[in-house]
Amino acid sequence: MAERVITPEGEIKIETRDLSVYYGDFEAVKEVSIALPSRRITALIGPSGCGKSSFLRCLNRMNDVILGARSEGEVLLDGRSIHEADLDVAQLRRRVGMVFQSANPFPMSVYDNVAYGPRLHGKPGREALDETVERSLRAAALWDEVKDKLRQSALELSGGQQQRLCIARVLAVEPDVLLMDEPSSALDPTATFRIEELMVELAQQYTIVLVTHNMYQASRVSRYTGFFLLGELIEYGLTVDIFEHPQDRRTDDYVRGRFG
Amino acid sequence: MSARRISGPRATQAVAFLLLWVAAAAVVLPVLGILAVMVVRGAGGLSWGLLFSVREGLLPAVVGTVCLVTLTALIAAPLGVAAAVYLSEYARPGPLVRLIRVSLVNLAGVPSVVYGLFGLALFVMVLRFGRSLLAGACTLALLVLPLVISASEEALRQVPRRLREASLALGASRWQTVRGVVLPNALPGIITGLILSVSRAAGETAPILFTAAFFSLTHPFPRSVFGEILALPYQLFVMATEAPNVPAEVKWATALVLVVVVLGLNLVAIVLRARLRRARRW
Amino acid sequence: MDQGRRRSWEWVVERLIKAAGVFAIVFVVLIFAFLLWDALPIFRERPLRELLAGGRWSPTAEPPQFGMLPLLLGSLYVTAGALLLAVPLGLATAVFIADVAPPRLQEVLKPTVDLLAAIPSVVFGFLGLLLVGPWLARWLNLPVAQFAALGSLMLALMAIPTIVSVSEDAIRAVPRSLRDNSLALGATHWQTISRVVVPAARSGIVAAVLLGLGRAIGETMTVLMVTGNAAVIPRGLQGFLRPVETMTATIAAEMGETAYRTSHYHALFAIGLILFVVTFLTNTLADLALGRAGRAAR
Repeated sequence: MAERVITPEGEIKIETRDLSVYYGDFEAVKEVSIALPSRRITALIGPSGCGKSSFLRCLNRMNDVILGARSEGEVLLDGRSIHEADLDVAQLRRRVGMVFQSANPFPMSVYDNVAYGPRLHGKPGREALDETVERSLRAAALWDEVKDKLRQSALELSGGQQQRLCIARVLAVEPDVLLMDEPSSALDPTATFRIEELMVELAQQYTIVLVTHNMYQASRVSRYTGFFLLGELIEYGLTVDIFEHPQDRRTDDYVRGRFG
Repeated sequence: MSARRISGPRATQAVAFLLLWVAAAAVVLPVLGILAVMVVRGAGGLSWGLLFSVREGLLPAVVGTVCLVTLTALIAAPLGVAAAVYLSEYARPGPLVRLIRVSLVNLAGVPSVVYGLFGLALFVMVLRFGRSLLAGACTLALLVLPLVISASEEALRQVPRRLREASLALGASRWQTVRGVVLPNALPGIITGLILSVSRAAGETAPILFTAAFFSLTHPFPRSVFGEILALPYQLFVMATEAPNVPAEVKWATALVLVVVVLGLNLVAIVLRARLRRARRW
Repeated sequence: MDQGRRRSWEWVVERLIKAAGVFAIVFVVLIFAFLLWDALPIFRERPLRELLAGGRWSPTAEPPQFGMLPLLLGSLYVTAGALLLAVPLGLATAVFIADVAPPRLQEVLKPTVDLLAAIPSVVFGFLGLLLVGPWLARWLNLPVAQFAALGSLMLALMAIPTIVSVSEDAIRAVPRSLRDNSLALGATHWQTISRVVVPAARSGIVAAVLLGLGRAIGETMTVLMVTGNAAVIPRGLQGFLRPVETMTATIAAEMGETAYRTSHYHALFAIGLILFVVTFLTNTLADLALGRAGRAAR
């Protein structure tokens, strides 16, 4: 068991210990212990329904929003538990941002979408806000395409642009971590490629946890990969190791495409 | 199979369908008939004088109705929308929510004259508003409250869940999410519901019979919210039952005006709802 | 605004929102309480039998008589007559719209029924008083142009939209698979409707009828204007062609002239209490039936 789940080198950003998630009586995530390294991309792969998304939603406590969901075990962000009694959940969610599977921009202008997060925390000055919006859109590799359309509705952008807008929106609150739940599954190959390029660039500054059912994507962009099956973390290690010489038979079967 | 002879089940079906057509006609024709009759008999009595003169005209009643429904909406809207927000965004399933829903179902079914009694007992007497615009508006607000709540709740539920999730994931609190994302997008539907409530309030007579309405030729306009008012439906009622000297065509014209106002508001609401459904882009 | 102040402001807002939600319960309880409070004195003053079964309602006589039987029967007659007309017509129309009418006709019918629902009750009363009543009285050779059956007729027009819309929802909610299975077995369209669809929509239809009943009992202005307001006990079928007075009309007609907190006042509140309880029962039953309909559709 010790070799199948390794501890990455360097600084650890998020660590879970025996984390389990229940929806009612159903145990979606079973006692997962994993250490996610800082400023790297960690990919979580596995067949659909195996608990990867449920696990991800624990890391920013979005599961709190779901009726009947409950979790056990510990989640540590920079060494501190995120379930502490006096912890401000809203603050947590700014530090640990999330990009969802299908792009969901607000029915507002491009500008207002990106400005939404910063405005939550009080009214920033006009200039400061303009700066933040431009910075975030540049970081999401979207600025050049929308700089003349800031006041237009975000719903008029293409699918790929909308997803990058959602990324910009998250970047505007200046998180440490980006949780990405199958961010390109609804996009065409060109748009997917651009998102992947963006991820690699963002990893220089942010810790990224990527859930994907696309193994090739995982092998392309991530440093570490974890394989989930039926709610359990089967194996976790360097991406090259997972794909080229997996320890567990089930991992081997999955990456060779024998099921899933 | 002989082509001539209609067999048992098919004959039954033919008869049954015929009866259904007749039933539907029996429902639809009266509606059209009513409208036709009202237009025919009422149009003759309509004149600018009728609409806008004070002594023999409808102006005081129209003004009274406008004041009444405006105040009603002002009272019912915040209360109703807030309750809808509670039910849609905050409430967790449990005995309290069930109790609230049962209460709403019952409030919706209370006879209008019982609302009048309650309005008399509470607003006119105990709270000492007296027979007044205020008492009438409070009573009507209570009457339309279930309508406002159900229309607003439906509008709120139409806002997709993922928008709320996106907002929460950015670190917004639930109230910030409601105020910044959910309410603005539900607003058109909420307004539609308010217009329908206003239309309903404009046509009600029983709740204002003992709480607000009167019939006066000398002081037709209310001086304050604590004064009694004339109102269109009450005006029609008095004209029809107690005023033999009023010419028939004036009575019909009054009825026509009331129907036009109420149906007109309904139409606005329906068109608004249809337009919004098409304009929605999520 | 700093974090602390924002959070306490939000706490206040959330409490207010919850209070608004709870208001509904508060008001139902309040209505019942006020009715009870203002009705109780008459129950203490007169024996229950005299009130509920007494045959004379003459509040202005000396001594005043508060027998509610004529009013109870008046409401019964008018409501029963209304349902007798409204239930078959309403159900038939609902079935027609939901299952038989061609789509374009559906689009015309539904708004027409909604239109009927939107017409104010005082207008129905007006029409009955000035148009339908005199015409019917001439045709049937009646001495007075205001009578119970006229009330039933106008009430039926008002109850039909309720029955149609709730029944229609119930019928539409019946799963396609049920219909398809029936047709696949060789049943005709009508056989499918009458033997499968309508029985499956049973609970919803019951709810529709109950809601229509509640509507009819609670209607005030229409009956006030067309039933004649004579508090006499209706007898037999003839009773339909004579004036009656309903509970609702009594309150509406007499409360305006009644002094605060007299016996008459209390007696009228007692009638209101009865009305409240009756509609409370019909609405709760209808809600239960709809709950069952919802479960059956799953």
